[in-house]
This record gives sequence, structure tokens and C-alpha cells, in this order.
Amino acid sequence: MNSGSRLIEICQLERTYVVGAEKVRALRGVDLSIRTNEYVAVMGHSGSGKSTLMNILGCLDRADKGDYLLNGINTTRMSEGQLAHVRNRQIGFVFQSFELMGRLSALKNVELPLIYSDISFWKRRRMAREALERVGLGERIHHKPNQLSGGEKQRVAVARALVNQPSLLLADEPTGNLDTATSDGIMLLFEKLYREGQTIIMVTHEVDIAVRARRIVRMRDGQIISDLPTEKDPARPLRDGEQIGGER
Amino acid sequence: MTALLMFPLFLFRLVLQSAALALSQIWVNKTRSILTTLGIIIGVSSVSAVIAAMEGMNRKILENFEMFGTRKIFIWPEQPSSGPQKNAPTWQLRFEAKHFEGLLEHCPSVEFISLIANAGRVPGRYMNRTVDSVSVTGVDASWFKIENRPIVFGRPFSMLDESQGRYVCIITAQLRDKLQMDRDCSGQIIQLGINSYLVAGVVEDKPNTGMMFGGSDDPMEAYIPYTTAAKLVRMPWIRVMASCRDSTVADEARAEIRFFLRRTRGLRPGEPDNFGVFLMENEVRQFKEVMGMITLVAAGVVSISLLVGGVGIMNIMLVSVSERTREIGLRKAVGARPSAILTQFLVEAVVLCMIGGLIGVGFGHLLASVIANSAPLMEQTQIPAWAIAVSFGFSAFVGVVFGMFPAIKAARLNPIEALRHE
Repeated sequence: MNSGSRLIEICQLERTYVVGAEKVRALRGVDLSIRTNEYVAVMGHSGSGKSTLMNILGCLDRADKGDYLLNGINTTRMSEGQLAHVRNRQIGFVFQSFELMGRLSALKNVELPLIYSDISFWKRRRMAREALERVGLGERIHHKPNQLSGGEKQRVAVARALVNQPSLLLADEPTGNLDTATSDGIMLLFEKLYREGQTIIMVTHEVDIAVRARRIVRMRDGQIISDLPTEKDPARPLRDGEQIGGER
Repeated sequence: MTALLMFPLFLFRLVLQSAALALSQIWVNKTRSILTTLGIIIGVSSVSAVIAAMEGMNRKILENFEMFGTRKIFIWPEQPSSGPQKNAPTWQLRFEAKHFEGLLEHCPSVEFISLIANAGRVPGRYMNRTVDSVSVTGVDASWFKIENRPIVFGRPFSMLDESQGRYVCIITAQLRDKLQMDRDCSGQIIQLGINSYLVAGVVEDKPNTGMMFGGSDDPMEAYIPYTTAAKLVRMPWIRVMASCRDSTVADEARAEIRFFLRRTRGLRPGEPDNFGVFLMENEVRQFKEVMGMITLVAAGVVSISLLVGGVGIMNIMLVSVSERTREIGLRKAVGARPSAILTQFLVEAVVLCMIGGLIGVGFGHLLASVIANSAPLMEQTQIPAWAIAVSFGFSAFVGVVFGMFPAIKAARLNPIEALRHE
């Protein structure tokens, strides 16, 4: 599947936070390359730098050193306005706690990114409806978040992430607030989107979620410690007849 | 080029969306929003009520001026402050009728002119009825036009009355009633002092101009032709009253009169005037200026309350920004530029202020009608259209000024921290 063009190219990325008098080196020289239509899980304990990496990949944050090329364009020296434009057009976020606006219907929530793309009212309606249909919520578009179940809320959030046809879907613990059955539904949705050609990067610390991806990147102390296809990762599901062993 | 054309459209759409969003946000927090705008409501209503009251008073007083006559010109002898006539006795400076002969022909901006000479106070008698003291004044026929006092019965002075100095008089309605004469008493004979006069007509009493210009003058008045008065009084002290054709040519009329009088009174170039020309129009102008200043100052003082209202708006917007930090974070994450966030919160503050302004204008209208009913001087109190526009504009301005800080705060929020905010 790794036949697509290079979508993400990260080179010697460093990011240091100043917390009080202390300097926290969240990223210490990260190299990563991701092609279009890859399905990547980023794993690591808290403090491993995976969230920082996620924020930088999502153009919410900028690295101190190194370069980040998205679709061949270097984002490192972009202005805030330019980064906002990149987030709007190229990136769709899915958050652990959904981040839907309670006052707005599902449809209005999905429309939100389009408001900042200067798209006309009727076109926004249509695009939002299509996105909701894509995640299987075509008939609940006028419900408000408090009338939806957790899984449905996350589907709305996914629809919102997809509505602008981004080149990259970034999910931060997408199943963190969901029970196992609902999580499974979201993962099936991700699988479907991946098969439709969507590039997905997902941050998680749950192994059984991570193994749904095709490639697992593990981080520790601001560095990548392993980057393998899921079949070669120690966390892979056991094949028939395989012995239990290793980290599992 | 297309980008240049599209930009205003984009901005318009952004503002429109922000306004819709702001209205829904305000609707969600109805009570809070109303309480917040209370400062603006009070500010705008008091500003518009004060402007209304000042304007009403202004109009009423100008109306009084109008009734008194804004086109009037007063001319009197005056001791110059320098030159050979500096300490001249008053009898040397007195006006003589010949100074004014032909003035109308030489002064195109002057419409009417009348010499005025007091002929003293004398007892008046008709049949067996008497009045102790009637003030007798010699005037020209045009005086009634200058003073705008119509002759209600009979006729004005004729050319013959004036040229021959006939013993005719025009009396006030009050004097007529006091002497219990017929309503139309023209043609009857009354005794004023030692002379008998034919009553030519009855003139309306001096209009009551309220508190200004001494409306309650002695109403027992009789007017005789100036020429008649000149026969009664040996060296009459002449005052002159004139009117200009229009209040816009008042200054021209004064210049023409000065030019004419300097010649007839034999003043050499460089010598100062030995007479004064006073324009009612000047008075009006000064009054308008002073009134305008007072209105401005009063409105300025009251508008401080509008600023206090603005502080309230800023306060609630800061609360709103911190309440909606996660929302701001999300909006930024899905691609809202800082400018879009700024616009959203700025428009919300402005809309809040404009709603306050709208309610305030309503309350101001109520206040104005209360003021209008409180005193006769205030009866014309009503909010002028420009005051509505100004207070509306000012409250929008307050919204921009006091909404700016919270909006900038919102626009500068770091999306990561905002999304992590609890």
C-alpha cells in the first residue's frame, strides 16, 4: 500500500517547552516519512512526545528546529494565518472528547470548518450532509450532541474532520472515551475510510486499537524507538498457531 | 484582481456570519446580556434625552427670537472711544431726521426703517373715562411692520398723516378696552394730554414672548406719526429701528447703514463711528453658538456613562472568552484564522452595544416625553434624528473600543492550550 506520494516528511524535528524554570525537550530529533493513504498509529506513554508530534503534524504547533514538509510544502516558517489555512484545507482533527458544540446540531457542527473556507451556505449544507452520510449518520443530522450516543458523537466529529476532504486525518485517542463495542464501530469506520484512500494518523496507547493500523510508530522520551509495519510489530495480533512470547 | 474583488465580499460574509453567531450567543445568555447592556441602555437614553431637552429648549427660545424678530436692526447715537468726538456731549451726537433721509434708496438690504421718538407719558381720556398714564411714541408707518404688530382695526398712518404731522394715533387693544371704546374704535377722538387725536386704528398688544424680551411691557400705549411727535417735542431724542430684507443679509445691511450714516453725519475717513448699529441676527447667532456649546458639553458629560457601560461590555466579553476557550480552540483547530476569531468577538461586542443602544433610544424617547410635559419651556423636547444616529454610532464605537481587548485576547489564544482548557 506504500505506493502513494510522500505526504509527510519530517526531518530532525525538535521541540522544547519551558515550564516554569524547567526546559522540557518534548521532541529530540524526530525523523518520519508518511505517504498518502497510509494508516499509522503512534504509540507511547504519556510524556513520550506523541502529543507534541501530533500537534506539530496538525499544524497547531511549530517545531523549534528541523523541517516539516506537508505535501512538499515546508510549514516550519508559516505565519499563524497560513497555518490556519493549512489546518482548514489539509487536516481533519478527531479528538478524544469529540469537541462538538452543544448548541449546534450535528449538521451545523460538521459545517464548522467550511465556514472558514468561505463556502456558500447551500454548498456547505450539501457537503456537511454528504460527510455525515459517509460516516453513517445520514438520518440524525438535526440532532444536537446531547441527543446522540458517544459513538454517534465521535462519528459526527469524524464527519467534521472529513468535510473539507483533507489529505490527512489526525485522530488523538479517538476511542479514549468510548466503550469497547463503540470503539470497534469507530475502528471499522476508520478502516472503511482507509480503504477509500484516506490517510490516517492515530495517536493511542491502547494496543488493540493500534493494531488496526497498518504501521505502528512507537515513541519514548521524545524519540522514535520503533517504526514497523503492524505485522512485524511485537503488538501484532497473534497469527494462528503462533506462540505467546515477547512483549505481549 | 479577482482576489481584490472577492475580498470585500469575503469580509461581508464573515461579518454577517459573525453577527448571526453573536445574536444566537446573546439569545442563549438573554438575562446576562440584558444586564450587561444596562450601562449602555442608561448611557444612550440619558444622552439622547439630554440632547432632546437641549434641542427642545433651543427651538423654543429661537421661536421666541423669531417672534421678537430676528431681522431687526437697532441704531443709536454712541460716543466714539477715540477721535475728535471722544468726549462730545450727547446733544452733539444726537440723531436728526435728516441723517436718515433717503437711506432706503441707498441701502438695498434694508427693507424698512422707522424713526422713534418718545413723546412722554400723558393721561388719556375718552368721553368720561380716563387712564392715568399712556405712553405716547412717535413712529413711522413702517414701524408696525418692523415690529410685526398687525393693525387689527382701522388703517395704518397714511402718507398725509406723516407729511403733515396730523394728530392721529394708533392705540393698543388694551388701552381701547381700558377706555371702554368700541371694538373698532377707528374714527373716534381721544384726548392724550393736551391734544385730541383721531384714532386711526388699533394695534395688537405686544406678543407675549414668555420669559424673554420683557413681554409684560406697559400695554397702555398710543402711537402717533413721528412728524407729529417732532412737533410736540422740541428736540426729540431719536432712536431708529430698521429691518433687513432677510437675516442672511444682516451684515450687508449693517455695512450699508454704516456707510450711509457716516456720510450723512459728516464723518471723515479714519474717524470712528459716533453711532451704533446692532443686529438682532448677531444675538441669535451668539445664542446658537452658546447653546451648541452647552449641548455638546452636557452630552459629553452624560456620555461618560456610556463609557462606564463600555467597561461592563468589556467585562462580560472577557468572561465570555474564558467560558468559550475550548470553542475558540476548536474553531482554530478547524482552520479559523486569528482575524476570524477577532471579528467574531468584536462583532458580538458591537451587536451587544447596538442592542443596548436600540433599547436606550427607546427609553430616551420615553424620558424626552416626560421632560416635554414637565415645563412649557421644554414642550418641544423630542429626540432629533441625528441624535439617534449619533448615540447609535457612539454605542457601536464603544463596542469596538471595549470589545477590542477581549477579542484580541481570544484571537491570540494558543489552540492547544485552549483545547486543553477546562
